[in-house]
Amino acid sequence: MQKLVLTEEQQMLKDAARGLFSEQAPVSQLRKLRDEKDALGYVPEFWNQAVELGLAGTLIPESHGGSEFGHVGMGQVMEEGGRTLAASPLFASGVLGACALMLAGNDSQKDILKGIADGSHLVALAIDEAGRHQPFRVATKAEVQGEGFVLNGRKTFVVDGHIANTLIVSARTSGGERDESGITLFLVDPKAEGVSVERTTFPDGRNYAKVTLENVAVSADAVLGNKDQAASPLQKLLDIGSAHLAAELLGLSSEAFDRAVAYMKERKQFGVYISSFQALQHRAAHMWSELEQLKSMVLKAFMALDANDDQASMLASAAKAKASQVAELVTNEGVQLHGGMGMTDEFDIGLFMKRARPVQLMLGDFRYHADRVASFKGF
Amino acid sequence: MTDLETFRQETRAWLEENCPQSMRSPFKSDKDACWGGRNFQFQSDDQRLWLERMAEKGWTAPDWPTEYGGGGLSRDEHKVLLEEMSRIQARPPLNSFGIWMIGPAILKFGSEALKQQHLPPIVRGEIRWCQGYSEPGAGSDLAGLQTKAEDKGDHFIVNGQKIWTSYADKADWMFALVRTNPDVKKQEGISLVLFDMETPGVSTRPIKLISGESPFCETFLDNVRVEKDQVVGDVDKGWTIAKYLLTHERSMIGNMGSTAAGQKTLAELAVDGVGLEDGKLADPMLRTEVASWVIDSIGYELTAERARDEAKSGQGVGNVSAMLKYAGTELNKRRYELLVAAYGSEGLLWEGDDRPAGALPQQWLRTKGNSIEGGTTEVQLNIIAKNILGLG
Repeated sequence: MQKLVLTEEQQMLKDAARGLFSEQAPVSQLRKLRDEKDALGYVPEFWNQAVELGLAGTLIPESHGGSEFGHVGMGQVMEEGGRTLAASPLFASGVLGACALMLAGNDSQKDILKGIADGSHLVALAIDEAGRHQPFRVATKAEVQGEGFVLNGRKTFVVDGHIANTLIVSARTSGGERDESGITLFLVDPKAEGVSVERTTFPDGRNYAKVTLENVAVSADAVLGNKDQAASPLQKLLDIGSAHLAAELLGLSSEAFDRAVAYMKERKQFGVYISSFQALQHRAAHMWSELEQLKSMVLKAFMALDANDDQASMLASAAKAKASQVAELVTNEGVQLHGGMGMTDEFDIGLFMKRARPVQLMLGDFRYHADRVASFKGF
Repeated sequence: MTDLETFRQETRAWLEENCPQSMRSPFKSDKDACWGGRNFQFQSDDQRLWLERMAEKGWTAPDWPTEYGGGGLSRDEHKVLLEEMSRIQARPPLNSFGIWMIGPAILKFGSEALKQQHLPPIVRGEIRWCQGYSEPGAGSDLAGLQTKAEDKGDHFIVNGQKIWTSYADKADWMFALVRTNPDVKKQEGISLVLFDMETPGVSTRPIKLISGESPFCETFLDNVRVEKDQVVGDVDKGWTIAKYLLTHERSMIGNMGSTAAGQKTLAELAVDGVGLEDGKLADPMLRTEVASWVIDSIGYELTAERARDEAKSGQGVGNVSAMLKYAGTELNKRRYELLVAAYGSEGLLWEGDDRPAGALPQQWLRTKGNSIEGGTTEVQLNIIAKNILGLG
């Protein structure tokens, strides 16, 4: 059985990613983007550097311009990006976009992968229609018209939607609103007539959009995969996405934890460092224990995805569920352990909490994934 | 065929031939375990035969050197043996504090004479050991132990009291921590000594627990003579060995968080208790709690696996055993709370042969000790905070 440790190459990628994020995309960069209400929501110079390092193509086959480094590799990048709250299209485009095309795309659609790998083409996945993630509850309709389709509907919480060159939209081509069958994925040009993309603001200062489709005409070759049969590749895509979000939550929680522990060692009250209080020590020790267990789950989920293991879906859900719980615990405690300073905008610790919540909700929170784990386990 | 595959084939064939049919099912109760020792009453001829055959191969202690009666198996061979045993649901032939605890300590720290004297009888299940660590005044503060060993030239005279000695009333020998020097820092005056429980001056008294059972005893040591050649390692240097053994013990108790092969999972038991509706546990709130437990147990199991893999690759943080002990025992306590909830009042039936959940009430109460014995949860958290996080 494969050992639950990183290979030398994976460790090198992790180290390289950590170097890049800490030097070129520190937390102060996100703060600046937020304060200046930056129109793009990321720093192109940084994105170019990430692309140069090959990060955008980590999952993409070499034949399409990537490095084919696998989910364990990309997972290390996501984790390190989580540590500095790095804002970039890496997840939307390099994970979700790339994997959607790899899972369901035909040869000509897969040509987009090259653009994803070289950073020039950004993709965003538009599937959610309500506040809580229910990927197979699709009201957006795609009706046959001539050789193609006409799309009508609304999507929300579309990560990096307003900067995307291509949207991947789920729409119903048959069946009722709650049926798993009858869903089809479409590649939609956001500039096409009838598409409106409205940027929305969230506590983390990152990019999300609402997408409205009003009589949007697309051709038959806009269908990604098979008509009516998106459920299976979409589920696989969501498993992948969930595991990578778990990695981001692991990274941001680890950083929030490190900062809280460091603060405990410098803050004095009653004439002593607060790190000497057992009440606080035990809370820190508990969090460390939780983080170590999350780390194991995230790594195992990626290894299972890379190996096409039949437990991969269950492990990805278990990892996202645990990551959501641990992130909530650690970011809350992070603020609490900083005392009044934790409530100030000046201290970074609050930024970790504000990033954690949207990521927890993204592709399903603890409750959503715990339900899946229960179903996988037959109860 | 690789050597390992050959070994697997041979092991499979040997087990097929030598493991009695009645030894090929999970324990129905704790009473099915074989503990060996001078006074052990075998449950059946098969149980005795199974122990003898396995001991003959050294497979009661598969990874110990053959010169001391062990199996001499490599790590991989050992794993294969366990896999092949689990394949036919073979019961462990011997439960033994000798194999789990004092044996490894003697192997690592003991003199050649001690190895020759004590290891082979442990492998054969002839001598049952108990551990004399805790004292009425030394629980979490174990190093504060007061049992006194006075130097009388070629031997010590030991006086004091031990408590929470598992199965002391059934054991043949004790390994005990005693104070050989009261005038130095408390950790530096402790020795690990071995003595026969039949030595004059040794007496035991079982302690009745909240479960109604008495797996633990008080042990009284009244002018007990211990020969000097029965000191493991050097005099006054016992604390190092004690810590080594505690790490061992922690990972053993922490393992209780795992579901053993052949044992029903919490989810399966919850389904037995509550039933399914539309494929889901009929009680939605309980379902959520069980799911949350399952997720945490996956995290625990994988972390134990990762710790082993990291140790093999020479990576990883020390003191992981403290975290696994903490997480594993808390998990096991939650497991039993959820089982009690799943069976409801039927699960709390205290006596009777036809109880739907068997001895669940007694097992549930027993788990409360998991986070106390072998270093409390609070002590584990202290270890993590101080040794790993550097908080102080």
